[in-house]
Amino acid sequence: MVKKRYILNFPPESGDKPLSYHLVRDYDIRINILKAEVYPGKRGSLLLELQGKKENIEKGVKYLTDQHVVCEPLEKRIHFEEKKCIDCGNCTAVCFAGALTMNRETWKLEFDKSKCVVCELCIPACPLHLFEIDFK
Amino acid sequence: MSKIKTYEEINQKLKQGKAVVLTAEEVSQLAKHASPAEIVEKVDVVTTATFGAMCSSGALINFGHPSPPIRMEKIRLNGVPCYEGLAAVDGYIGATACDPDTPAYGGAHVIQDLLEGKEVVLEAWGKGTDCYPRKHIYTSIHINTINEFTLFNPRNAYQNYNVAVNTTKRMIHTYMGTLLPNMRNATYSTSGELSPLLNDPELRTIGIGTRIFLCGAQGFVVWNGTQFNTSRPKNKFGVPVTNAATIAVMGNLKEMSPEYLQAVYYEKYGVSMFVGIGIPIPVLDEDLARRVSIANSQIETSVLDYGTEGMPKLDQVTYEQLQSGYIRVKGNKIRTAPVSSLAKARKIAQELKVQLQNGQFEISKPIQLFPKNTSLKPLKETEAENG
Ligand code: SF4
Ligand code: SF4
Repeated sequence: MVKKRYILNFPPESGDKPLSYHLVRDYDIRINILKAEVYPGKRGSLLLELQGKKENIEKGVKYLTDQHVVCEPLEKRIHFEEKKCIDCGNCTAVCFAGALTMNRETWKLEFDKSKCVVCELCIPACPLHLFEIDFK
Repeated sequence: MSKIKTYEEINQKLKQGKAVVLTAEEVSQLAKHASPAEIVEKVDVVTTATFGAMCSSGALINFGHPSPPIRMEKIRLNGVPCYEGLAAVDGYIGATACDPDTPAYGGAHVIQDLLEGKEVVLEAWGKGTDCYPRKHIYTSIHINTINEFTLFNPRNAYQNYNVAVNTTKRMIHTYMGTLLPNMRNATYSTSGELSPLLNDPELRTIGIGTRIFLCGAQGFVVWNGTQFNTSRPKNKFGVPVTNAATIAVMGNLKEMSPEYLQAVYYEKYGVSMFVGIGIPIPVLDEDLARRVSIANSQIETSVLDYGTEGMPKLDQVTYEQLQSGYIRVKGNKIRTAPVSSLAKARKIAQELKVQLQNGQFEISKPIQLFPKNTSLKPLKETEAENG
């Protein structure tokens, strides 16, 4: 069993299909919706955590892609210019998911992208503007 | 008689490479099993450091005279207003200055760009005089083409600083970072036991003329900082429990490194600049040995509510608690986050230590100590004029 987070972007025409139903029934994947937004024109984005057998998740992702849903691992959508980070800690003040934390020995920033819930609070909170998250 | 050392003795040892130099964190560790008397015997200099946002910073620039000459009466550097009320081609670019239309790029960014060797656009206007006939200039400048490029920061390195929380129901954006509603987070800004002015709370060795590490160069403390306040309450370990003393510093930007100077922009607040400062404190006697030994568990600071007018004090906590990740404020457990870089402060303390050990950094006795018994006046508004 593995757990992995994906960002899904739905084109307008996919709105009516019972996609999650198929993921659960056909691929035995447990789904946790962490964030969902709908934009004008019926486009939508989701942050999903998929839990299941590794090969089933791969199949599920392929199924979604075949349904014209863009489905990418969360990590790929988070851009962090780590080299420029000064370890000030400002971003950790707002990250309630615990993805951004200070190492209490070295006082360097640690970023565990797999814990991110795309609240996007770190984007304005970083005084160097080192984060970009591609959710839409 | 307990041991007393002089600056001359210590400098002699530094030159010979025989001095013992520790960082303030190392000496706090040592103090767990060594007495102040033993520390004076063993340790000569203690390095302290901080790397945090210091709004009251800026750079003096002499642009050089163009031909034909101009009396620059309005100056813009990459569009950012630069103070021009000085001689013809002198300017002072404040770290927080910005064009309101482009608030995320300010004076600190101009300083950083110049420091990194980037070209910066200079535009200036004058009314035209007999000796300065020119009315306009549009050109670019570079760190190597300008004459003086001097960092002059009127207020840096606050001796202690508050912890910020927000008791209101809305998120607020401050120079202490983003404060979530209902006290969901708390931010703090000094480097605790490594912080310069907390290691010499009576300012016996830090005064006018003290040589310091300033953004990678050797700079100087040139005056007390603005809002210098010696009347703050102190705890039983002798350190003020809120922001107190400050220093004004100067140094040659042409010798500095962008590694220790960083422009920042706080959303819905404005531009500021991270300044890296390291101060060596000579362990002259037992009193100073005791002071530099101070530990995070002994340094307290005030928790203020940044969401309420007048910023009422809610509680008092130690840096040991702050650095543990959680504090308790009025019974509530609150997650803490730093907003200044302890990792970088440690790097500065370490670099200064190496420079001292290699005989590259001479410690200097203040030419004059700072005033005692100062306090702050608020700005009292006079009655508005009619009409
Ligand atoms: S978006 Fe940023 S602040 Fe929010 S959970 Fe992800 S890393 Fe943390
Ligand atoms: S706020 Fe930005 S610069 Fe500061 S620690 Fe986080 S990522 Fe690094």
